[in-house]
Amino acid sequence: MTDAPKPIIQIQNVTKRFGKMTAVDNVSLDINAGEFFVLLGPSGCGKTTLLRMIAGFELPTEGRILIDGQNMAGIPPNKRPVNMVFQSYAVFPHMSVADNVAYGLKIAGVKGREVQDRVTEALELVKLGGFETRMPDQMSGGQRQRVALARSLVMRPKVLLLDEPLSALDAKLRAQMQFELSELQEKVGITFVTVTHDQDEALSMACRIGVINKGEVAQLATPSDLYEYPANRFVADFVGSVNIFEGKLTLDEPDRAAVDCPGLGKVYLNHGVTGPHGADIWVALRPEKIYLHVPGEGKAVKAAAQDAPDGYNFARGRIKGMSYLGDITLFEIELETGARIRVSRPNLSRRDQEDFTWDDKVSMHWRADSPVVLLG
Amino acid sequence: MALLGRTPVAPLEYSRTLWMRLWVGAVMIFLYAPLIVLMIFSFNDSKRNVVWRGFTTKYYEKAMANDALVEALVNSLTIAALATIASLVLGAVAAVMLWRFRFPLKGAVDGTISLPIIVPEICLGVAFLMFFAAVDWPTDLAWPFNLGAITIAHITFCFPFVTMVVRSRLASFNREQEEAAKDLGATEWQVFRDVLIPHIKPALVAGALLSFTLSLDDFVITYFTSGPDTITFPVKVYSMVRFSVTPEVNAASTLLIILTVVLTFIALKLQGVKAIAETH
Repeated sequence: MTDAPKPIIQIQNVTKRFGKMTAVDNVSLDINAGEFFVLLGPSGCGKTTLLRMIAGFELPTEGRILIDGQNMAGIPPNKRPVNMVFQSYAVFPHMSVADNVAYGLKIAGVKGREVQDRVTEALELVKLGGFETRMPDQMSGGQRQRVALARSLVMRPKVLLLDEPLSALDAKLRAQMQFELSELQEKVGITFVTVTHDQDEALSMACRIGVINKGEVAQLATPSDLYEYPANRFVADFVGSVNIFEGKLTLDEPDRAAVDCPGLGKVYLNHGVTGPHGADIWVALRPEKIYLHVPGEGKAVKAAAQDAPDGYNFARGRIKGMSYLGDITLFEIELETGARIRVSRPNLSRRDQEDFTWDDKVSMHWRADSPVVLLG
Repeated sequence: MALLGRTPVAPLEYSRTLWMRLWVGAVMIFLYAPLIVLMIFSFNDSKRNVVWRGFTTKYYEKAMANDALVEALVNSLTIAALATIASLVLGAVAAVMLWRFRFPLKGAVDGTISLPIIVPEICLGVAFLMFFAAVDWPTDLAWPFNLGAITIAHITFCFPFVTMVVRSRLASFNREQEEAAKDLGATEWQVFRDVLIPHIKPALVAGALLSFTLSLDDFVITYFTSGPDTITFPVKVYSMVRFSVTPEVNAASTLLIILTVVLTFIALKLQGVKAIAETH
């Protein structure tokens, strides 16, 4: 036996249409047992519809969904081995915390002592021990979410579905819950499937991310692969911030390539592209991968760059915009070609931002392995 | 102003301004003075009941001993109770149906369901009179079946009120709660019992109170649908007043007022005033 990951959810050629609108378009994807899977996409891309089809609240127009090998066609939501944490949490307002958490167990016919034990255990798990008799209207949004989590986890589902779990929380609490959710997932070992439009949330929590665009899977990858090796312009642009330039492939050898971009000039790469010569392609460059020279520092680097054109790329421009964000400063620079490029620079010392001002002439460089060539 | 003068009156603290207090006082007098006069004169020791002649409780004894009046009161309470229960079930089901499902002619049902509220009572009364005559409704049944015609008429104009308050309550229902319950294994019926009913409970209490009081004091429709043996309290009082307004009528009315106040108080206590307020 190899330890190939075992899929707990298999989505096979699933299409969902609402009237003429296609929300999910022929999606096939496997979610492995025990992983933290995130469906990431802009609003209206079909990711929530996909989640609701797994839960059974929507039925696929075409295709099928298998959970733990079992076809879910014709199985209503109340009979599926999955539980969901809703965006609004949907905590029952007329029941105490303990009654909320016990609700599913009572429906399932669990009795007496066991109900109490499992409720207590679930509440401890989400750090709500001692809140049993509270009513939901006496709790904060974050606490209510924990109730919703406990209410689902107490059922010991095969898969826990979370619909935009952190969107209603404030920034600090959201960051904390990201860690807690990952921790919780590791502790209980249940497969988590989360839907979100927030790339930070996805990158920080997921084992794997499925990026959804217009009802289709745009890319399926680990967080770091998604960020560093985006498969297409949509993913590059949606996950993180990026500069994209259109260009033509002029040189393509196994260990080097060059792209002629009207906006950026000639871009050298230290690897082959295996694309058609002269084809229209795109070069994506992340703002943090561009090194901005303090005025005056550029000359020395340029001298070095000219000696080794394979190792570095070089460009010049004028600062048109600056926004100081504390940890980093974002620059918008107008290149000599007239195109604009975004560059971020970490503020490593306390006075770093004072080195630059509007309309400064600056130069910058980036490594030949930094740009990503996108064919689509 | 030394008594109130702890802190200056803030711009929006209308309840602490003099003119607002006077206005509220005037409204209270306008609303409740007639009722209080009625109650005071129920203790008047005078048959003609125009000027105060001294305190007595004998008209209470007289009212309680008036079999016809007591029978009318019992009839009224019975009809109100039956109409309330039927209206609650019918009204709540109609509201949930209109909110939850799509069905043929839904628009027509939606548009006409509140018609009994809009149609002038006198028209409804005449309509019922003709209807019961046309179907040859039996009038010689034993109590309480002889109240059937009136009860049916009362249900007709009571249940739209229940539908109205329940629907407005349903509008604030979060459908994710329903889905959450299903997700946890609940069947449609369990969702209805455990999630939907608790949500609309304040509206049900409000609807019940409305139905009960509407039924209890209805005169016009009842007048047209009551037979010789099925006199209700308002109809009876009307026939008594036609001769003279005796303190006996006042006494009976006072008892009825106290009864409704107590019932309302119990209902509010049961439900919590806050929950009732939420429905509005």
